[in-house]
Amino acid sequence: MRLVIRKDFEAVSYHVAKYVKERIKEFNPTAAKPFVLGLPTGSSPIGVYRNLVKFHQAGELSFQHVITFNMDEYVGLPRDHPESYHSFMWSNVFKHVDILPENVHILDGNATDLDLECQRYEEKIAAVGGIELFLGGIGPDGHIAFNEPGSSLNSRTRVKTLAYDTIVANARFFDNDITKVPNLALTVGVATVMDAREVCIIITGAHKALALAKCIEEGVNHMWTVSAIQLHPRGMIVCDEDATLELHVKTVNYFKSIEKVHEQLIGSDNVGLQGGVRSWRGGAESTYHQ
Amino acid sequence: MQYPVSLQTFNYFSSPSSPSSPEPNTPVPGNEPKVTKITNCKILKDRKIVEKDSIWIQNGKIIDPHKFFWHQKRLPDEVLDAQGLLVVPGFIETQINGAFGVDFSVPLDHDAYEKALLKVNRGLLKFGTTSYCPTIVSSSAAVYHKVLPHLKPRLGSAATGATILGAHVEGPFISEARIGAHELKVLQASAPNGYKDFKDVYGFEGETPEAQKKLSEQDLQCVKIITCAPELDGVMESIPDLVKAGITVSVETMIPDLVKAGIIVSVGHSMANIFQAEQSVENGATFITHLFNAMPQFHHRDPGVIGLLGSRLDLPRPYYGLICDGIHVHPNSVKIAYDSHPEGVILVTDAMSAMGLAPGNYRLGNMNVTKEEDRVYIEKTDTLAGSVITLDACIRNFIKFTHCSVIEALEAVTLHPAVLLGIQETKGVIKPGADADLVFLSEDLYVKRVFVAGEEVNLNAIDVEAVEKF
Repeated sequence: MRLVIRKDFEAVSYHVAKYVKERIKEFNPTAAKPFVLGLPTGSSPIGVYRNLVKFHQAGELSFQHVITFNMDEYVGLPRDHPESYHSFMWSNVFKHVDILPENVHILDGNATDLDLECQRYEEKIAAVGGIELFLGGIGPDGHIAFNEPGSSLNSRTRVKTLAYDTIVANARFFDNDITKVPNLALTVGVATVMDAREVCIIITGAHKALALAKCIEEGVNHMWTVSAIQLHPRGMIVCDEDATLELHVKTVNYFKSIEKVHEQLIGSDNVGLQGGVRSWRGGAESTYHQ
Repeated sequence: MQYPVSLQTFNYFSSPSSPSSPEPNTPVPGNEPKVTKITNCKILKDRKIVEKDSIWIQNGKIIDPHKFFWHQKRLPDEVLDAQGLLVVPGFIETQINGAFGVDFSVPLDHDAYEKALLKVNRGLLKFGTTSYCPTIVSSSAAVYHKVLPHLKPRLGSAATGATILGAHVEGPFISEARIGAHELKVLQASAPNGYKDFKDVYGFEGETPEAQKKLSEQDLQCVKIITCAPELDGVMESIPDLVKAGITVSVETMIPDLVKAGIIVSVGHSMANIFQAEQSVENGATFITHLFNAMPQFHHRDPGVIGLLGSRLDLPRPYYGLICDGIHVHPNSVKIAYDSHPEGVILVTDAMSAMGLAPGNYRLGNMNVTKEEDRVYIEKTDTLAGSVITLDACIRNFIKFTHCSVIEALEAVTLHPAVLLGIQETKGVIKPGADADLVFLSEDLYVKRVFVAGEEVNLNAIDVEAVEKF
């Protein structure tokens, strides 16, 4: 797992957006071989989306051959409701870029058969060859998507009851009336996310510091579901300084030193996107394993 | 922590069960009408100027792109780059007597009148006006019967020009003492039979003398606004009936009847004192015709019609028209009126037939006039022959006179007249469901591009000359 530490929320957002852009460019998607991207909602990715839109408007990034799968959606909330995740994705991303509507997939929280909808979603992901890169955030309780503490680390897309804390936290978007907050949601499972070829989690803010510490310094634990990233061959976490507040100094120093080695000793232009080294003191290419 | 067990068909809410979130009236694939997206623009939307947004148009209406994206799963067929211009709703004109050499109050034979109307409809687009109420000055009943049927509401298009919202009949139930430019002999001094007299004169429901044509109730639809003087006998009581008929009434006595008829009643060309003026508003009048003009000057102990701008809180203050050429009303007076009641201002041109013509000498009706850029004189005199200001020039002047914001000035020709006329769901606003009548303005508020019902108008192809010169 790579832990990339940046100064603040803006720097993290820019780094992740640039990474996504470079990954897509390197992949060079076509209609026959589209780039499949998994996307989150919430406050963590807003900066990333803003930067992605800017790249698109500057002509540096096209979404023409990008297929997206979102992580989750509320059950029972009309699609046009301003707090639905459909609305969030529309106003933050889709309305500003050239993505094709048929390439956008978001779970339908108003389906008559929710189980079938979840099953179909997994099938759709498989049908396009699986997800190339899954972006995600983290909750203060360490959850990924709506996989709240206690969720099986082998779970797949399913209906989840929201934790009371989550409902209370969300009330601010529903006129502070908790009876108006949806209490069920459809969500991808932990395994669904970890099945992606690469996972990149965005963690910013001091309130996420404990969750980050539990997820990377302690064991793989279903109480902190993001910890499943420890078992992923290509996991990456991008965080700001505030989010490192609960980490051991040793951990922070270690990951910062890796970047220092990359920059100063190897040369940042010699380091590939995946951390592989392109040339090593004039020697053969190699990839360092994480 | 409880896990939900496998849920079968479980409705968590009481909405009707249906396949995954369908939209009614989803078009048949393959036959969908074209969708246009206007981008790179600033938009006057929800009373704010928003950037980084776009306008989506289908079938001549503005649509909700959010719904469109999810339901129709298509990208727009056409993307128009507005080059950073400010996009606002098409302007709504509520008082205009003619333009481009045409005078609405002069009856012609059917085809000639229609041709003249088409000339004005198209010409007005150049100044950003996409909907209007052609105004008829005080005339005889015979003239009304001839002219009004042409002015039934009709939707405009890029080819046929601006939408006609119905006629604004200014008179004949107005005060002799405040006649303005109207002819004395056609004035009606009173309406002793109340609403019935209105019907007789304008010819609404066929209760006309045998000598005149019998007209159907449909003709009621031709009249949208009536300007009248509330102090005349019988007028005050008719207002509610007129209002019910859907016509905006500007008069006192007939007001309740007029209002009941759905007509917008407007107070104007009147000597009403403050008591009569307020009574007309209580009876349903919602507009003041060209405030300050054709009414007594402001008097501090009897403010008259102008005093309506200072009415007590529980009496809704009416909208008021302001001719904003800087001539008919002094800029300071414009500012005073605006400061006292900013939500009520509606800019009007009250333009006469010379509006829109190039500077020169013209014969209009039985008058020879000399037109300059922004004013028109009776030939060889200093007497103004009327107003020739254009509505977009009114906006620029208004900002100069009052230092109001661009949004407020624009709402004075879009949102306010739309609400006055009760058409704010389709005109004067940019929102899903509204007609796609749009004006693109430069930074200094000059009209650059115009769209009617979603189609762009070729402003250069509009030919409005061919007026008799002398």
